Amino acid sequence: MQRPKPPVLDVQSFADHHIITQPNPLRAAVRRIDPRDSDDPIARAEKALAGLSGEFQQWMNIECERLAAAHETMQAKGVSSATRNELFRAAHDIKGDAATFGFPTAGAAAESLCRIIEHAPDLAAVPAGLIAHHINAIQAIIRENAGIDTSGMAGELSRKLRGVADEYLKAVNHDRPEHLEAILAPSIVPSA
Amino acid sequence: MFRIDFNKLRFLVCDDNPHMRRVLRTLLHSFGAREVHEAEEGATALEMYSHYVPDIVITDWSMPIFDGLELTQMIRQPGSSGNPYVPIIMLTGHSEKRRVTIARDAGVTEFLAKPISAKALYQRILSVVVSPRPFIKTKTYFGPDRRRNTTAKYIGPERRSGGEAEIVQQPSLIDKARSES
Repeated sequence: MQRPKPPVLDVQSFADHHIITQPNPLRAAVRRIDPRDSDDPIARAEKALAGLSGEFQQWMNIECERLAAAHETMQAKGVSSATRNELFRAAHDIKGDAATFGFPTAGAAAESLCRIIEHAPDLAAVPAGLIAHHINAIQAIIRENAGIDTSGMAGELSRKLRGVADEYLKAVNHDRPEHLEAILAPSIVPSA
Repeated sequence: MFRIDFNKLRFLVCDDNPHMRRVLRTLLHSFGAREVHEAEEGATALEMYSHYVPDIVITDWSMPIFDGLELTQMIRQPGSSGNPYVPIIMLTGHSEKRRVTIARDAGVTEFLAKPISAKALYQRILSVVVSPRPFIKTKTYFGPDRRRNTTAKYIGPERRSGGEAEIVQQPSLIDKARSES
């Protein structure tokens, strides 16, 4: 592997900080193009992504199985750092991936589950049904392939779950202002 | 109007989810990239970072053992043998404002909240390639300049002193995340 030359740095020193600049090391990858150039890399990438879409259902099934397995393990072994983290990562992956894969309402339900895991002061004290309902809903939405249904039953189910979860989290965090603030703060991503 | 020659850029992608890695690889190859190296966790990514010397790192946040935040902090070591100035794009399912702030303070260059789109990813890459920011080194921070404007009302604890503020005018990471999601 050919290593690039060390950068030529310009360092300006001030009372409590240094400002470091260098000639743009990636400038060789930038070129000016004719406005009439019709090549559209974004459209090309969107088309390639659409080409993968036939696999999305299978991918989401795998993510669902992972979530269910993490939940079963937590039920069998109890709440520990390991079981909690695995459940969170499984839910968090669905939260991040589901909308890209055409299941935005499953992503919304997974986000609600992530909030419970992250902000409940004692995960073992969370009503078992609250977690189970989230997992069942995510599985049902993906199994029924309610992919683009954001206004129908899947969307309504996700919103109801989020409402119940938020009420619970607000109640159990009434004396934990930093968590309460995070629970009430708007997401930077518009909801599904 | 600018265009990026992706075939001149070397990427390192770090995500523990194989499906998301496949999506990222597909997008980057479609943009024209030829060299896309992949790691499924932070420790492997750090090794690959030293070995392949990528031009741009794209990393997930939440990963087992060694996460994307720790990877960023390891890369942003001023005396490290690798390139501590490499642009780091954090692509994550975290969508809370405080997470953007934490990522920024770890030295992340750009923040991209999932769900991912071809357009949002392209724009983040365009931003780091065309408009690199100066780096700032203080006692507690080393990374891209976090200043995005010259407000005199700033009352936070870490305002730098001395020298004129030279600002690369661009929206904050949070504003960009909101507008492109």
